[in-house]
Amino acid sequence: MVAKFDLNDDSVVVIIGTGAGGGVLANELAQKGVKVVALEAGGRYLPEDYVNDEWESFTQLAWLDARTTSGSWRVAKDFSGLPAWIVKAVGGTTTHWAGASIRFQDHEWKALSTYGAVEGASLLDWPIDAAEMAPWYEKAEAKLGVTRTGDRAGLPGNNNYLVFEKGAKALGYKEVHTGRMAINSADYDGRMACQQTGFCFQGCKWGAKWSAAYTDIPRGEATGNLEVRERSHAARILHDDSGKVTGVEYFDKDGNLQMQKARIVCVAGNTFESPRLLLNSASSMFPNGLANSSDQVGRNYMRHMTGSVYAVFDKPVRMWRGTTMAGIVQDEARHDPSRGFVGGYELETLSLGLPFMAAFLNPGGWGRSFTTALDSYENMAGMWIVGEDMPQATNRVTLSETKDQFGLPVANVHFDDHPNDVAMRNHAYKQGIAIYEAVGATRAFPTPPYPSTHNLGTNRMSEKPEDGVVNKWGQTHDIANLFISDGSQFTTGAAENPTLTIVALAIRQADHIASEMSAGNI
Amino acid sequence: MSKIERHGLTRRALLQRSVAAGALVVAGAGFIAAPDAAWALEVSVISEHQMATLLQMARDIYPHDKVADRFYAVAVKGYDAEDNKALVEAGVAALDAAAQAAGHADYVSIGWEEDRVKILQAMEGDAFFQTVRSGLVTGLYNQKDVWPIFGYQGESFSQGGYIERGFNDIDWL
Repeated sequence: MVAKFDLNDDSVVVIIGTGAGGGVLANELAQKGVKVVALEAGGRYLPEDYVNDEWESFTQLAWLDARTTSGSWRVAKDFSGLPAWIVKAVGGTTTHWAGASIRFQDHEWKALSTYGAVEGASLLDWPIDAAEMAPWYEKAEAKLGVTRTGDRAGLPGNNNYLVFEKGAKALGYKEVHTGRMAINSADYDGRMACQQTGFCFQGCKWGAKWSAAYTDIPRGEATGNLEVRERSHAARILHDDSGKVTGVEYFDKDGNLQMQKARIVCVAGNTFESPRLLLNSASSMFPNGLANSSDQVGRNYMRHMTGSVYAVFDKPVRMWRGTTMAGIVQDEARHDPSRGFVGGYELETLSLGLPFMAAFLNPGGWGRSFTTALDSYENMAGMWIVGEDMPQATNRVTLSETKDQFGLPVANVHFDDHPNDVAMRNHAYKQGIAIYEAVGATRAFPTPPYPSTHNLGTNRMSEKPEDGVVNKWGQTHDIANLFISDGSQFTTGAAENPTLTIVALAIRQADHIASEMSAGNI
Repeated sequence: MSKIERHGLTRRALLQRSVAAGALVVAGAGFIAAPDAAWALEVSVISEHQMATLLQMARDIYPHDKVADRFYAVAVKGYDAEDNKALVEAGVAALDAAAQAAGHADYVSIGWEEDRVKILQAMEGDAFFQTVRSGLVTGLYNQKDVWPIFGYQGESFSQGGYIERGFNDIDWL
């Protein structure tokens, strides 16, 4: 019983985007009896549609609409039109994500208080803390079926993990395990256990990995309260003379401009598209874009301090077999300024297939130095580095001169590393290489960051309206019935993969919105 | 310098060189083939010399001694098209001019890879080089037939994944 709401129905909540934020919010609201129209720019793909072939899957799922880049980050040179590797589909990037689901450390909610002011960084404390978030994290972990939480067992370690674990333990690392993963180690919630197939990034064909595409979305639809409009690209959020938002203009699957009226609008288009939509919604009343009286919309873009370390051995590893990211070292996630930087980082196993390894090992690289690395592909092990990067006001999403297929200005993404990011990355490269050398690596490759998958912070949460875009509920400081529901509301990035926190915030936000609606406040 | 190199890439010379070096042959009008006839590539828009140069250039950019010429041929055969003709003509002419300036008959006549690589390095920033290089990233490495040469197994879903087929079979740690 899938709902169908009228364009003039102004009692609905319109959610833009159906990923970890919007997809979860849509289901949670629908379960509470709230009527929801979710606008999704992409199409609907389910496990039977996923393709275990890297480039073919990329063409099927990735957001390939135009974007532009600037700044000194290497992505702007090597992948100038592709600042992010994220998904345009029902379920958003929960199709592509690796499944790593770890909570923020307590101190990471209070980055400014913990680290102190850092020159060039716009650090801030979140207006919420670990105690506030604990029950929501618990709900999120149960929803996603996160291993090593509740009574759920860990995943078994694959070849890539076994190499990583042995090296890490040889270095004296203690917090080494197969991760807390939203990938079933046993049948859970109607989804089967992981079959160690690889291709976690291409959509899990077994459905063993949690994705909103085949959990929250269909469950929300089953309530009769949720209508998902696929291939519907939000263009502009409208408002009335009182400054309240009233609806969303969007291009439908046939390219026709439609307008859906709304009681509340929740923006969850990801960290590039969400600020882009607010900026593209500028009006005479809000000439700098919606919810932008602070001039903070689009600023403080964070992408995590990332990088990878690959190494080759004299014998085969076959790292592509099995779960892509089920392996973690957490010892370096602590805040310990004696290492020469604030904040910390996680090391997580990672593998790429041969086609993507050729594209990402050393973008632009060629000649024997490059090809002899690939010659040893079968003997290669790999890990990803993910750490807290510094928010900077100048790292930002703005409107580009370039227009998309609908004639709308696309997002330009500007990024420069902060010296803290560089110091942390160099430390992580050194530790990652040491891990592999401890198990006999003959050659190591410190690999630069890929197009970003963790995109955070361009509509950040703040206590004071002048410091950010949304309050502790993700509600914009300026407009009471306009919410941000994705990773763009992150005040700081912490060291952890962000999806679990996005999901926890969405569950919490749904609870808040439903109770405020009942109370007649919005 | 050998007689073959001095003659450059006349069809006959290429044939002789190929027999000598085990590389490419121009086997007939508009036709390039392996010496053992294991594969062949027809050109209709660009010249045989231009295609032979592209093949050598592809090998020099991403040299894998275990990967046969036919895979590189698949990766560059798309340059035999009207849309690419001007780019290829100018690019190959630039390679040959650089080779001649270094005392060789042309690019493909240079015997040592490292000498050819020096010429490529000097034109690394050019559109021709970058187009060929970036095209090879998918054109070469995304050929499913190439994957087994590197040990890569591709998809495993059709076989039930690796849960009972060696996801944790490492035996040397």
